[in-house]
Amino acid sequence: MSICLSGNEAVAFAMKQINPDVMGAFPITPSTEIPEYFAQYVANGEVNTEYVTVESEHSSMSVCIAAEAAGARSVCATSSCGLALMYEMLYVAASNRLPITLACVNRALSGPININNDHSDSMGARDAGWIQIYAENNQEAYDNFIMAMPVGENVRLPVMSCMDGFITSHAVENIELLETDAVREFVGEYKPENYLLKKENPLAVGPYDISAYYMEHKVQQAEAMKAAKARLLVVAAQFEKFSGRRYGLFEEYRMEDAELAVVLIGSSAGTAKAAVDGLREKGVRAGLIKVRVFRPFPGEELAKALSKVKAAAVMDKSEGFSANGGPLFAETRSALYDLKERPYLIDIVYGLGGRDLKTEDVEKIFARLAEVAVTGKTGDVYSHMGQRRRSQHESGL
Amino acid sequence: MIKAKDINEQTPWEDLTPGGEIYEPGTAREFDTGTWRTDTPVFLADACKHCMLCVPFCPDSAIPVKDGKRLQFDFMHCKGCGICVEVCPFAAIKMVSGGEGA
Repeated sequence: MSICLSGNEAVAFAMKQINPDVMGAFPITPSTEIPEYFAQYVANGEVNTEYVTVESEHSSMSVCIAAEAAGARSVCATSSCGLALMYEMLYVAASNRLPITLACVNRALSGPININNDHSDSMGARDAGWIQIYAENNQEAYDNFIMAMPVGENVRLPVMSCMDGFITSHAVENIELLETDAVREFVGEYKPENYLLKKENPLAVGPYDISAYYMEHKVQQAEAMKAAKARLLVVAAQFEKFSGRRYGLFEEYRMEDAELAVVLIGSSAGTAKAAVDGLREKGVRAGLIKVRVFRPFPGEELAKALSKVKAAAVMDKSEGFSANGGPLFAETRSALYDLKERPYLIDIVYGLGGRDLKTEDVEKIFARLAEVAVTGKTGDVYSHMGQRRRSQHESGL
Repeated sequence: MIKAKDINEQTPWEDLTPGGEIYEPGTAREFDTGTWRTDTPVFLADACKHCMLCVPFCPDSAIPVKDGKRLQFDFMHCKGCGICVEVCPFAAIKMVSGGEGA
Protein backbone atom coordinates (compact mmCIF):
# COMPACT_ATOMS: atom_id res chain seq x y z
CA MET A 1 0.00 0.00 0.00
CA SER A 2 1.43 3.36 -1.07
CA ILE A 3 0.91 6.17 1.40
CA CYS A 4 2.26 9.63 2.19
CA LEU A 5 3.92 9.72 5.62
CA SER A 6 6.61 11.59 7.53
CA GLY A 7 9.53 9.56 8.82
CA ASN A 8 8.26 9.82 12.38
CA GLU A 9 4.78 8.67 11.38
CA ALA A 10 6.25 5.83 9.34
CA VAL A 11 8.17 4.56 12.37
CA ALA A 12 5.19 5.03 14.68
CA PHE A 13 3.12 3.07 12.14
CA ALA A 14 5.72 0.28 12.11
CA MET A 15 5.47 0.20 15.91
CA LYS A 16 1.68 -0.05 15.64
CA GLN A 17 1.94 -2.95 13.24
CA ILE A 18 4.39 -4.72 15.55
CA ASN A 19 2.19 -4.00 18.59
CA PRO A 20 4.97 -4.12 21.19
CA ASP A 21 4.23 -4.94 24.84
CA VAL A 22 5.68 -1.78 26.37
CA MET A 23 6.70 1.72 25.27
CA GLY A 24 8.78 3.97 27.49
CA ALA A 25 7.60 7.40 26.34
CA PHE A 26 9.24 10.78 26.74
CA PRO A 27 9.21 13.63 24.21
CA ILE A 28 12.17 15.42 22.68
CA THR A 29 12.47 17.24 19.36
CA PRO A 30 12.53 15.88 16.67
CA SER A 31 11.44 12.41 17.86
CA THR A 32 8.42 13.70 19.85
CA GLU A 33 5.91 12.76 17.17
CA ILE A 34 6.70 9.05 17.52
CA PRO A 35 5.33 8.72 21.07
CA GLU A 36 2.59 11.24 20.11
CA TYR A 37 1.32 9.16 17.21
CA PHE A 38 1.70 6.02 19.27
CA ALA A 39 -0.33 7.54 22.13
CA GLN A 40 -3.20 7.91 19.65
CA TYR A 41 -2.96 4.25 18.71
CA VAL A 42 -3.06 3.36 22.41
CA ALA A 43 -6.03 5.68 23.07
CA ASN A 44 -7.88 4.27 20.06
CA GLY A 45 -7.32 0.71 21.24
CA GLU A 46 -5.42 -0.12 18.05
CA VAL A 47 -2.56 -1.63 20.08
CA ASN A 48 -2.46 -3.23 23.50
CA THR A 49 0.88 -1.75 24.43
CA GLU A 50 1.52 -0.63 28.00
CA TYR A 51 2.33 3.05 27.37
CA VAL A 52 4.47 4.30 30.25
CA THR A 53 4.95 8.07 30.49
CA VAL A 54 7.97 9.03 32.55
CA GLU A 55 9.84 12.13 33.68
CA SER A 56 13.08 11.71 31.70
CA GLU A 57 14.84 9.66 29.05
CA HIS A 58 16.92 7.98 31.74
CA SER A 59 13.60 6.65 32.97
CA SER A 60 12.11 5.81 29.58
CA MET A 61 15.11 3.58 28.89
CA SER A 62 14.89 2.18 32.44
CA VAL A 63 11.25 1.26 31.77
CA CYS A 64 12.31 -0.56 28.62
CA ILE A 65 15.11 -2.38 30.44
CA ALA A 66 12.84 -3.57 33.24
CA ALA A 67 10.06 -4.55 30.84
CA GLU A 68 12.36 -6.37 28.45
CA ALA A 69 13.93 -8.27 31.36
CA ALA A 70 10.44 -9.19 32.50
CA GLY A 71 9.83 -10.76 29.09
CA ALA A 72 8.01 -7.88 27.37
CA ARG A 73 9.02 -6.53 23.98
CA SER A 74 9.85 -2.85 24.52
CA VAL A 75 10.29 0.17 22.29
CA CYS A 76 11.38 3.74 22.81
CA ALA A 77 12.15 6.86 20.79
CA THR A 78 14.49 9.73 21.44
CA SER A 79 16.92 12.30 20.05
CA SER A 80 20.00 14.27 20.96
CA CYS A 81 20.18 15.22 24.66
CA GLY A 82 17.53 12.60 25.37
CA LEU A 83 19.86 9.90 24.10
CA ALA A 84 22.65 11.48 26.11
CA LEU A 85 20.54 11.32 29.26
CA MET A 86 19.97 7.62 28.55
CA TYR A 87 23.69 7.04 28.24
CA GLU A 88 24.16 5.01 31.43
CA MET A 89 21.08 2.92 30.72
CA LEU A 90 22.13 2.24 27.11
CA TYR A 91 25.09 0.33 28.50
CA VAL A 92 22.90 -1.47 31.04
CA ALA A 93 20.50 -2.57 28.29
CA ALA A 94 23.30 -3.87 26.10
CA SER A 95 25.32 -5.57 28.82
CA ASN A 96 22.24 -7.23 30.29
CA ARG A 97 21.64 -8.44 26.72
CA LEU A 98 18.14 -6.98 26.48
CA PRO A 99 17.05 -6.56 22.84
CA ILE A 100 15.15 -3.27 23.17
CA THR A 101 14.40 -1.34 19.97
CA LEU A 102 15.02 2.41 20.03
CA ALA A 103 14.03 4.83 17.28
CA CYS A 104 16.80 7.41 17.33
CA VAL A 105 15.90 10.54 15.40
CA ASN A 106 19.33 12.07 14.94
CA ARG A 107 19.82 15.62 16.17
CA ALA A 108 22.87 17.64 17.15
CA LEU A 109 23.95 17.48 20.74
CA SER A 110 24.27 20.62 22.84
CA GLY A 111 25.97 22.92 23.01
CA PRO A 112 25.31 25.42 21.83
CA ILE A 113 21.77 24.10 21.88
CA ASN A 114 20.54 23.20 18.40
CA ILE A 115 17.57 21.12 17.32
CA ASN A 116 18.66 20.27 13.78
CA ASN A 117 20.21 17.20 12.30
CA ASP A 118 23.63 15.72 12.58
CA HIS A 119 24.85 12.39 13.94
CA SER A 120 26.61 13.56 17.09
CA ASP A 121 23.99 11.98 19.38
CA SER A 122 24.13 8.38 18.14
CA MET A 123 27.83 8.56 17.27
CA GLY A 124 28.47 9.47 20.90
CA ALA A 125 26.70 6.24 21.86
CA ARG A 126 28.49 4.13 19.26
CA ASP A 127 30.48 2.20 21.89
CA ALA A 128 27.47 1.44 24.09
CA GLY A 129 26.99 -2.04 22.62
CA TRP A 130 23.91 -1.29 20.55
CA ILE A 131 23.41 -2.37 16.96
CA GLN A 132 23.07 0.85 14.93
CA ILE A 133 21.16 0.97 11.65
CA TYR A 134 20.78 4.25 9.72
CA ALA A 135 18.06 5.17 7.23
CA GLU A 136 18.42 7.36 4.16
CA ASN A 137 14.71 8.14 3.79
CA ASN A 138 11.23 7.46 5.19
CA GLN A 139 10.93 4.09 3.48
CA GLU A 140 14.17 2.90 5.01
CA ALA A 141 13.23 4.27 8.43
CA TYR A 142 10.06 2.16 8.26
CA ASP A 143 11.77 -0.94 6.88
CA ASN A 144 14.73 -0.76 9.27
CA PHE A 145 12.47 -0.58 12.28
CA ILE A 146 10.62 -3.71 11.16
CA MET A 147 13.91 -5.56 10.64
CA ALA A 148 15.33 -4.45 14.01
CA MET A 149 13.65 -6.97 16.31
CA PRO A 150 14.36 -10.14 14.31
CA VAL A 151 18.01 -9.08 14.44
CA GLY A 152 18.32 -7.85 18.03
CA GLU A 153 16.24 -10.59 19.65
CA ASN A 154 18.23 -13.27 17.84
CA VAL A 155 21.64 -12.12 19.07
CA ARG A 156 20.33 -10.57 22.29
CA LEU A 157 21.52 -7.04 21.62
CA PRO A 158 19.49 -3.82 21.59
CA VAL A 159 19.00 -2.02 18.30
CA MET A 160 19.09 1.70 17.58
CA SER A 161 17.19 2.41 14.37
CA CYS A 162 18.29 5.88 13.28
CA MET A 163 16.97 8.48 10.86
CA ASP A 164 17.92 12.09 10.26
CA GLY A 165 16.00 14.61 12.33
CA PHE A 166 13.60 16.85 10.36
CA ILE A 167 15.13 15.92 6.98
CA THR A 168 13.69 12.41 7.32
CA SER A 169 11.55 12.59 10.45
CA HIS A 170 9.39 15.52 9.35
CA ALA A 171 9.55 15.44 5.56
CA VAL A 172 6.57 13.70 4.01
CA GLU A 173 7.25 11.12 1.30
CA ASN A 174 5.38 8.42 -0.51
CA ILE A 175 6.31 5.08 0.99
CA GLU A 176 5.16 1.50 0.64
CA LEU A 177 3.62 0.03 3.75
CA LEU A 178 3.50 -3.70 4.35
CA GLU A 179 0.40 -5.59 5.43
CA THR A 180 0.10 -5.71 9.22
CA ASP A 181 -0.39 -9.49 9.24
CA ALA A 182 2.76 -9.93 7.18
CA VAL A 183 4.71 -7.62 9.51
CA ARG A 184 3.53 -9.53 12.59
CA GLU A 185 4.43 -12.83 11.02
CA PHE A 186 7.85 -11.50 10.03
CA VAL A 187 8.64 -9.98 13.41
CA GLY A 188 7.06 -12.85 15.32
CA GLU A 189 6.50 -13.15 19.06
CA TYR A 190 9.17 -12.17 21.56
CA LYS A 191 10.04 -15.46 23.23
CA PRO A 192 13.08 -15.13 25.49
CA GLU A 193 14.24 -18.37 27.06
CA ASN A 194 14.42 -16.80 30.51
CA TYR A 195 12.61 -13.75 31.83
CA LEU A 196 11.66 -12.27 35.19
CA LEU A 197 7.96 -13.25 34.95
CA LYS A 198 8.73 -16.92 34.26
CA LYS A 199 7.44 -18.30 37.51
CA GLU A 200 8.94 -21.78 37.17
CA ASN A 201 12.38 -20.30 37.11
CA PRO A 202 13.32 -17.28 39.26
CA LEU A 203 15.88 -15.11 37.49
CA ALA A 204 18.34 -12.46 38.60
CA VAL A 205 19.27 -9.87 35.95
CA GLY A 206 22.28 -7.58 36.16
CA PRO A 207 24.14 -8.93 39.19
CA TYR A 208 27.39 -7.36 40.30
CA ASP A 209 30.21 -8.61 38.10
CA ILE A 210 33.60 -8.86 39.79
CA SER A 211 36.79 -8.68 37.77
CA ALA A 212 36.95 -12.48 37.62
CA TYR A 213 33.82 -12.45 35.40
CA TYR A 214 33.45 -9.02 33.77
CA MET A 215 35.95 -9.62 31.00
CA GLU A 216 34.22 -12.89 30.01
CA HIS A 217 30.87 -11.11 29.78
CA LYS A 218 32.40 -8.39 27.59
CA VAL A 219 33.79 -11.06 25.28
CA GLN A 220 30.28 -12.53 25.04
CA GLN A 221 28.94 -9.11 24.07
CA ALA A 222 31.69 -8.63 21.49
CA GLU A 223 30.95 -12.06 20.00
CA ALA A 224 27.23 -11.24 19.85
CA MET A 225 28.03 -8.03 17.95
CA LYS A 226 30.15 -10.00 15.49
CA ALA A 227 27.32 -12.53 15.06
CA ALA A 228 24.89 -9.66 14.44
CA LYS A 229 26.53 -8.99 11.07
CA ALA A 230 25.48 -12.34 9.63
CA ARG A 231 22.08 -12.08 11.27
CA LEU A 232 21.47 -8.66 9.72
CA LEU A 233 22.04 -10.16 6.29
CA VAL A 234 19.78 -13.17 6.98
CA VAL A 235 16.97 -10.89 8.15
CA ALA A 236 17.50 -8.55 5.17
CA ALA A 237 17.20 -11.53 2.80
CA GLN A 238 13.98 -12.67 4.50
CA PHE A 239 12.68 -9.10 4.35
CA GLU A 240 13.42 -8.85 0.65
CA LYS A 241 11.37 -12.00 0.01
CA PHE A 242 8.15 -10.49 1.28
CA SER A 243 8.74 -6.78 0.68
CA GLY A 244 10.74 -6.83 -2.55
CA ARG A 245 13.14 -4.29 -1.05
CA ARG A 246 16.82 -5.18 -0.77
CA TYR A 247 19.11 -4.14 2.07
CA GLY A 248 22.71 -4.87 2.95
CA LEU A 249 25.24 -3.69 5.50
CA PHE A 250 25.80 -0.73 3.17
CA GLU A 251 24.51 0.36 -0.21
CA GLU A 252 26.86 0.63 -3.17
CA TYR A 253 25.66 3.21 -5.66
CA ARG A 254 27.31 3.21 -9.11
CA MET A 255 30.40 1.60 -7.58
CA GLU A 256 30.98 -1.10 -10.28
CA ASP A 257 33.70 0.86 -12.10
CA ALA A 258 34.03 3.84 -9.76
CA GLU A 259 37.43 5.52 -9.44
CA LEU A 260 36.27 8.17 -6.99
CA ALA A 261 33.84 7.58 -4.16
CA VAL A 262 32.24 9.15 -1.14
CA VAL A 263 31.31 7.18 1.98
CA LEU A 264 28.52 8.61 4.11
CA ILE A 265 25.54 7.86 6.33
CA GLY A 266 21.87 8.82 6.16
CA SER A 267 19.79 11.30 4.20
CA SER A 268 22.79 13.05 2.59
CA ALA A 269 22.99 9.98 0.36
CA GLY A 270 20.02 11.29 -1.63
CA THR A 271 21.81 14.55 -2.38
CA ALA A 272 25.09 12.79 -3.07
CA LYS A 273 23.47 10.26 -5.42
CA ALA A 274 22.09 13.16 -7.48
CA ALA A 275 25.60 14.61 -7.62
CA VAL A 276 27.03 11.23 -8.62
CA ASP A 277 24.46 10.93 -11.42
CA GLY A 278 25.38 14.39 -12.69
CA LEU A 279 29.08 13.60 -12.64
CA ARG A 280 28.52 10.28 -14.40
CA GLU A 281 26.81 12.15 -17.24
CA LYS A 282 29.99 14.20 -17.57
CA GLY A 283 32.07 11.05 -17.73
CA VAL A 284 33.41 11.10 -14.16
CA ARG A 285 33.58 7.62 -12.72
CA ALA A 286 31.98 8.61 -9.43
CA GLY A 287 30.37 6.28 -6.91
CA LEU A 288 28.89 6.30 -3.44
CA ILE A 289 28.74 4.03 -0.43
CA LYS A 290 26.00 4.63 2.06
CA VAL A 291 26.75 2.90 5.34
CA ARG A 292 23.50 1.46 6.67
CA VAL A 293 24.88 -0.57 9.56
CA PHE A 294 27.48 1.28 11.65
CA ARG A 295 27.46 -1.21 14.54
CA PRO A 296 28.57 -3.90 13.86
CA PHE A 297 30.90 -2.05 11.50
CA PRO A 298 31.21 -3.84 8.12
CA GLY A 299 34.98 -3.31 7.92
CA GLU A 300 36.01 -6.19 5.67
CA GLU A 301 33.08 -5.70 3.31
CA LEU A 302 33.71 -1.96 3.07
CA ALA A 303 37.41 -2.48 2.40
CA LYS A 304 36.51 -4.82 -0.45
CA ALA A 305 34.02 -2.35 -1.89
CA LEU A 306 36.61 0.45 -1.82
CA SER A 307 39.57 -1.66 -2.94
CA LYS A 308 39.33 -0.66 -6.63
CA VAL A 309 38.78 3.04 -5.98
CA LYS A 310 41.64 5.51 -6.51
CA ALA A 311 40.49 8.16 -4.03
CA ALA A 312 37.62 8.31 -1.57
CA ALA A 313 36.18 10.87 0.82
CA VAL A 314 34.51 9.84 4.04
CA MET A 315 31.80 12.31 4.95
CA ASP A 316 31.27 12.58 8.69
CA LYS A 317 28.10 14.23 9.96
CA SER A 318 29.51 14.44 13.48
CA GLU A 319 32.72 15.93 14.74
CA GLY A 320 34.12 13.58 17.35
CA PHE A 321 36.85 16.01 18.38
CA SER A 322 39.58 13.44 18.05
CA ALA A 323 41.63 16.02 16.13
CA ASN A 324 42.18 13.13 13.74
CA GLY A 325 38.89 12.94 11.83
CA GLY A 326 35.31 11.91 12.51
CA PRO A 327 34.11 8.48 13.69
CA LEU A 328 33.12 7.14 10.25
CA PHE A 329 36.54 8.14 8.93
CA ALA A 330 38.34 6.42 11.80
CA GLU A 331 36.45 3.18 11.16
CA THR A 332 36.80 3.34 7.39
CA ARG A 333 40.50 4.15 7.40
CA SER A 334 41.11 1.35 9.90
CA ALA A 335 39.17 -1.07 7.68
CA LEU A 336 41.29 -0.14 4.64
CA TYR A 337 44.59 -0.81 6.43
CA ASP A 338 44.55 -4.52 5.55
CA LEU A 339 44.25 -3.87 1.80
CA LYS A 340 47.44 -4.39 -0.18
CA GLU A 341 46.62 -1.38 -2.35
CA ARG A 342 44.61 1.26 -0.61
CA PRO A 343 42.76 4.23 -2.08
CA TYR A 344 43.76 7.72 -1.00
CA LEU A 345 41.37 8.68 1.78
CA ILE A 346 40.25 12.04 3.12
CA ASP A 347 37.68 13.04 5.71
CA ILE A 348 35.15 15.82 5.28
CA VAL A 349 33.16 16.81 8.35
CA TYR A 350 29.96 18.46 7.13
CA GLY A 351 26.35 19.24 7.96
CA LEU A 352 26.74 19.87 11.70
CA GLY A 353 23.67 21.22 13.47
CA GLY A 354 21.59 21.17 10.31
CA ARG A 355 24.07 22.92 7.98
CA ASP A 356 22.74 22.13 4.53
CA LEU A 357 24.54 19.91 2.03
CA LYS A 358 23.98 20.71 -1.64
CA THR A 359 24.81 18.73 -4.76
CA GLU A 360 27.41 21.42 -5.55
CA ASP A 361 29.14 20.63 -2.25
CA VAL A 362 29.38 16.97 -3.18
CA GLU A 363 30.64 17.92 -6.65
CA LYS A 364 33.38 19.97 -4.98
CA ILE A 365 34.41 16.92 -2.97
CA PHE A 366 34.61 14.83 -6.14
CA ALA A 367 36.65 17.57 -7.83
CA ARG A 368 39.09 17.42 -4.97
CA LEU A 369 39.16 13.61 -5.13
CA ALA A 370 39.95 13.80 -8.87
CA GLU A 371 42.93 16.00 -8.05
CA VAL A 372 44.06 13.67 -5.25
CA ALA A 373 43.79 10.66 -7.58
CA VAL A 374 46.01 12.35 -10.17
CA THR A 375 48.59 14.02 -7.91
CA GLY A 376 48.64 11.50 -5.09
CA LYS A 377 48.64 14.44 -2.67
CA THR A 378 45.78 14.35 -0.17
CA GLY A 379 46.52 17.76 1.38
CA ASP A 380 44.52 18.23 4.58
CA VAL A 381 43.33 14.69 5.25
CA TYR A 382 40.79 15.93 7.76
CA SER A 383 38.83 19.11 7.08
CA HIS A 384 35.42 20.70 7.47
CA MET A 385 33.11 22.00 4.77
CA GLY A 386 30.22 24.42 4.74
CA GLN A 387 31.52 26.78 7.44
CA ARG A 388 32.14 30.45 6.73
CA ARG A 389 35.75 31.52 6.69
CA ARG A 390 37.77 34.69 6.30
CA SER A 391 39.61 33.55 3.23
CA GLN A 392 38.20 31.45 0.44
CA HIS A 393 41.79 30.57 -0.46
CA GLU A 394 42.59 28.46 2.57
CA SER A 395 43.40 24.85 2.01
CA GLY A 396 40.71 22.22 1.96
CA LEU A 397 37.11 22.76 0.96
CA MET B 1 20.52 -24.58 32.45
CA ILE B 2 23.73 -23.87 34.32
CA LYS B 3 23.49 -23.43 38.10
CA ALA B 4 25.41 -20.78 40.03
CA LYS B 5 27.32 -23.44 41.97
CA ASP B 6 28.68 -24.79 38.69
CA ILE B 7 30.13 -21.38 37.74
CA ASN B 8 33.46 -20.33 39.18
CA GLU B 9 36.52 -18.26 38.36
CA GLN B 10 37.80 -21.01 36.04
CA THR B 11 34.64 -21.09 33.88
CA PRO B 12 35.39 -20.10 30.25
CA TRP B 13 33.44 -17.22 28.70
CA GLU B 14 31.54 -19.58 26.41
CA ASP B 15 29.97 -21.32 29.41
CA LEU B 16 28.93 -18.23 31.39
CA THR B 17 25.31 -17.06 31.20
CA PRO B 18 24.51 -14.05 28.95
CA GLY B 19 25.05 -10.85 30.92
CA GLY B 20 25.73 -12.88 34.05
CA GLU B 21 22.08 -13.83 34.52
CA ILE B 22 21.42 -16.16 37.45
CA TYR B 23 18.69 -18.73 36.93
CA GLU B 24 17.84 -19.49 40.56
CA PRO B 25 17.10 -17.59 43.77
CA GLY B 26 19.05 -17.46 47.02
CA THR B 27 22.51 -17.96 45.57
CA ALA B 28 24.03 -15.67 48.24
CA ARG B 29 23.95 -18.76 50.49
CA GLU B 30 26.68 -20.35 48.42
CA PHE B 31 29.18 -17.56 48.88
CA ASP B 32 31.47 -17.01 51.86
CA THR B 33 30.98 -13.30 52.38
CA GLY B 34 31.96 -13.57 56.05
CA THR B 35 35.54 -12.96 54.92
CA TRP B 36 34.62 -9.25 54.48
CA ARG B 37 34.31 -8.96 58.31
CA THR B 38 36.77 -6.82 60.28
CA ASP B 39 34.89 -6.93 63.61
CA THR B 40 33.12 -9.97 64.96
CA PRO B 41 30.10 -10.33 67.25
CA VAL B 42 30.38 -12.73 70.18
CA PHE B 43 27.18 -14.46 71.34
CA LEU B 44 26.94 -14.59 75.15
CA ALA B 45 24.43 -17.42 75.48
CA ASP B 46 24.06 -17.10 79.26
CA ALA B 47 22.77 -13.53 79.01
CA CYS B 48 20.43 -14.19 76.05
CA LYS B 49 16.67 -14.27 76.77
CA HIS B 50 15.86 -15.29 73.16
CA CYS B 51 13.70 -12.21 72.66
CA MET B 52 14.57 -12.49 68.93
CA LEU B 53 15.03 -8.75 68.46
CA CYS B 54 18.45 -9.24 66.89
CA VAL B 55 17.16 -11.66 64.25
CA PRO B 56 15.07 -9.29 62.07
CA PHE B 57 17.60 -6.48 62.52
CA CYS B 58 20.44 -8.53 61.04
CA PRO B 59 20.88 -7.24 57.45
CA ASP B 60 22.48 -10.51 56.34
CA SER B 61 20.06 -13.05 57.87
CA ALA B 62 23.11 -14.37 59.72
CA ILE B 63 21.38 -15.24 63.01
CA PRO B 64 19.80 -18.70 62.66
CA VAL B 65 16.78 -19.64 64.78
CA LYS B 66 15.70 -23.16 65.73
CA ASP B 67 12.85 -24.22 68.03
CA GLY B 68 12.33 -20.69 69.33
CA LYS B 69 16.00 -20.24 70.25
CA ARG B 70 18.57 -18.17 68.43
CA LEU B 71 21.74 -20.10 67.66
CA GLN B 72 25.37 -19.14 67.10
CA PHE B 73 26.00 -16.58 64.31
CA ASP B 74 26.30 -17.78 60.74
CA PHE B 75 29.86 -16.53 60.31
CA MET B 76 29.90 -17.42 56.62
CA HIS B 77 27.54 -14.47 56.05
CA CYS B 78 27.96 -12.14 59.07
CA LYS B 79 29.70 -8.90 57.98
CA GLY B 80 30.35 -7.74 61.55
CA CYS B 81 28.21 -4.59 61.24
CA GLY B 82 27.34 -4.67 64.96
CA ILE B 83 23.65 -3.75 64.60
CA CYS B 84 22.74 -6.78 66.73
CA VAL B 85 24.87 -5.44 69.56
CA GLU B 86 23.06 -2.09 69.44
CA VAL B 87 19.56 -3.60 69.49
CA CYS B 88 20.15 -6.33 72.10
CA PRO B 89 18.33 -5.26 75.33
CA PHE B 90 20.26 -7.76 77.49
CA ALA B 91 23.92 -7.13 76.54
CA ALA B 92 24.04 -10.70 75.24
CA ILE B 93 26.24 -9.80 72.25
CA LYS B 94 29.59 -8.01 72.28
CA MET B 95 31.89 -6.98 69.45
CA VAL B 96 35.53 -7.90 69.29
CA SER B 97 38.11 -6.59 66.88
CA GLY B 98 39.20 -8.76 63.94
CA GLY B 99 37.42 -10.89 61.40
CA GLU B 100 38.17 -14.17 63.13
CA GLY B 101 36.71 -13.21 66.52
CA ALA B 102 38.39 -13.44 69.89
